[in-house]
Amino acid sequence: MKHHVYLILLMASGVLYAADTPQSMMERYATEAKAEQSDFQGFSAERGEVFFKSTHGGDWSCASCHTSVPTQSGEHAGTGKTIKPLAPSVNSERFTRLKKTEKWFKRNCNDVLDRPCTAVEKGDVMTYLLSL
Amino acid sequence: MKKLKPIVLTTTALSMLPVMADSDENFVMANIDPDWRAECSECHIAYPPQLLSKQSWGAVMSNLSDHFGSDASLDDETTAKITAFLLDHAGRSRKQSEPVLRITETRWFKHEHDEVREVTWQKADGASNCAACHQGAEQFNYDEDFIKLPR
Repeated sequence: MKHHVYLILLMASGVLYAADTPQSMMERYATEAKAEQSDFQGFSAERGEVFFKSTHGGDWSCASCHTSVPTQSGEHAGTGKTIKPLAPSVNSERFTRLKKTEKWFKRNCNDVLDRPCTAVEKGDVMTYLLSL
Repeated sequence: MKKLKPIVLTTTALSMLPVMADSDENFVMANIDPDWRAECSECHIAYPPQLLSKQSWGAVMSNLSDHFGSDASLDDETTAKITAFLLDHAGRSRKQSEPVLRITETRWFKHEHDEVREVTWQKADGASNCAACHQGAEQFNYDEDFIKLPR
């Protein structure tokens, strides 16, 4: 009996753990984007690509570490540690945990833009990465 | 016989922590915090907590949003958990007027690496890249027997 309880708990935790998908995150950012911009017309892979490759007035862009070909591995600009590809088509682990995605958007937007990213910017970048 | 040493250490020397004898830099830790291991190894290897003092770890962890030039911020709960682990395993050091934040700037690190030539540092891609020479770094093993200099 005890084993059954553990098994059920294990399965339930697996379901919870895997609850986030790139699509569920996009839906979330779309809801936030509508609140940010009353005339929001949807995300754009083109805008996302420009955003990804721009330095936004500072030294770094997203591409500084993730490369301008995000289907490839990158390298941390400070430590040189390998960063696995960002594009979900070649790295299925990407955008499967909202908490992790939000943690890295917070850090990297602060490093590159010196401010948090808007929901439109996050959604555009994700749309670009999902198009690769 | 020498090969037995690390095994003996893991079972008997836990009480010696946080400071190990100089010749056995195999940082054995009981109850490794999984958040520490996961979060602190995302951009670099997880540096053994024994290598900085409590004062230094406290200063590092209270300023994660500007972590040596990049934002490494964590949520409050994870920060508190990792800080507790680091303080629990921190090394001892003399009272510092200003805490040393970089392991590579501690007297211990400089002393241990005083024979390393400039060309080796360059090949290792900097002094923070422990695993370039210490083959067991990701398992917290810095024993001299596991050093291989980069070519």
